[in-house]
Amino acid sequence: MNTKINKSYYGYIFIAPFFIGFLLIGLAPILYTFYLSLTKWDGFSDPVYVGAANYTRLIHDSFFFQTIGSTLIIWVMAIIPQILLALGLALILNERFIRGKHFFRAVFYFPHIVTPVTLGVLFSLMFDWQTGSINKVLMNIGLVDDPVNWFNNPWWSRIIVAGVICWQYFGFNLIIFIAGLQGISKEVYEAAEVDGATKPVIIRHIILPLLRPVMLFTFITSVIGGLQLFDAPLMLGDGPGNSTRTMIMYLYETAFKNFDYSYGSAIAYGIFIVVMFFTAITTLATRTKKE
Amino acid sequence: MRSGYTHTKALLYLLLAAVAFVCLVPFYSMMITSTHANSDIASRLLLWPGTELANNYERLVGSVHIWRGFFNTVFLAVTGTALSVYFAAAAGFGFSKYRFRYRGFLFLFVLGTMMIPGQLGIIGFFKVMSMLHLTDTYWPMLLQTLYDAFGIFLMRQFADASIPDEIVESARIDGCGEFRIFHRIVLPLMGPAIATLAIFTFIGKWNDFLTPMIILFDNDKQTLPVMIASVKSAFSSDFGAQYVGIAISVIPLLVFFAVMSKQIISGVAAGAVKG
Repeated sequence: MNTKINKSYYGYIFIAPFFIGFLLIGLAPILYTFYLSLTKWDGFSDPVYVGAANYTRLIHDSFFFQTIGSTLIIWVMAIIPQILLALGLALILNERFIRGKHFFRAVFYFPHIVTPVTLGVLFSLMFDWQTGSINKVLMNIGLVDDPVNWFNNPWWSRIIVAGVICWQYFGFNLIIFIAGLQGISKEVYEAAEVDGATKPVIIRHIILPLLRPVMLFTFITSVIGGLQLFDAPLMLGDGPGNSTRTMIMYLYETAFKNFDYSYGSAIAYGIFIVVMFFTAITTLATRTKKE
Repeated sequence: MRSGYTHTKALLYLLLAAVAFVCLVPFYSMMITSTHANSDIASRLLLWPGTELANNYERLVGSVHIWRGFFNTVFLAVTGTALSVYFAAAAGFGFSKYRFRYRGFLFLFVLGTMMIPGQLGIIGFFKVMSMLHLTDTYWPMLLQTLYDAFGIFLMRQFADASIPDEIVESARIDGCGEFRIFHRIVLPLMGPAIATLAIFTFIGKWNDFLTPMIILFDNDKQTLPVMIASVKSAFSSDFGAQYVGIAISVIPLLVFFAVMSKQIISGVAAGAVKG
């Protein structure tokens, strides 16, 4: 007991790298970004203090609000099919009689580990108006007569971006759902089966309620992740009328392409508020449902 | 009843196979298309391998050092993963086995940092790194390995559950120093947790895009994702070269995944349930 107390300061040594790292390259940059958001800075000369000017500009910036809207639209279009698909397939793969479970899980999960940039480039090539394979398939089977100019249409552009994201992430959610399903004890199912409950009844009244904590986890992580969509949409382009430009793309383009670092910093804080707002709403919404 | 059951079963397999097809067909198409000439890619639907792979590859590597990017990424991902897992294990051990003051508060603080969106400080990060003269070096990416809140959480959970205090104490009575306890006894015992975290971290570092893109200026230092992005703009009408580029970024992962898929999937499941 005595040795434990004497040695206890060693604990600080073991946890110190995290705090040094966080202060130096986590917190300091966040605070510095806030300082920059109160200045005018082009990256070459010294930052000049301008007060809240960047934030006033942000509030009147219709581009910024458009990117919030686009991000939310793409997120909703990606998350709903993604969760339904993941849940449905998880329920199927949880059945005892299905063979080749490991194979299917591996195939469904694989798109998730491929670099989003690669997927963005791959899909932009596949959906290319004149040379893409999607149009060729559709024309070969006679579904369309002329190639469809996908990226010339705001809704097709959004559907493609959302589709790529759904395609990439459903496997991840599937694995999480399967883990959650395997956490439900076998006796619960067996008791329900003995009582003569049919499969849909078991799913609706037993499995889904017991799966709620896992659903909550998926939902909150996908809100946080979905609002920060960046790599894959960047490769797929802005879409007509900027219909697929996400918030982080706007941040990146403002700061690192147009070298308006100070306004970019204000956008970063704007995005932070938007993310916090929607995370809070999700948490509240899921909490009231629980009671 | 019996035949209805078989029908459902067949239908379910059909659904699984259809989804699997949708997951794999883009990769098949990518590999097939990379072996054809641009004129064929533009004019026909390609289903079988062609003969132009070498030519497409020559044009690609003639102007983009894609293998260089590949090995840069391997270096950064391997080093970054090793450092990240080491520091996470150390902090997880520290939080689990030492009773220091403010321990509970400090641990909550670590978890709280997970709530901060990654891009919030990115402009300040760029500025701070340039003030420290660290831009265009790998240091910023390696420094980022120092703090991994999720890793610390995972490691602490594991140490609490699977490393008894008695082992640490008996080592201490035998005259073992604190760092030796960590390196010789605790790290080996943390094997399973280290494997899980290493897989996660490796994939994350491999796919890192924004940080290298803004920190590195020299093309030969760039990582694979950034090079793939530049291939898209540099070869805007050379589809063959673009397809070869993305194939180079996918095929090694495919091999890696084929070998490790069991560990990766059970790691994801374990991490998610604990998270």
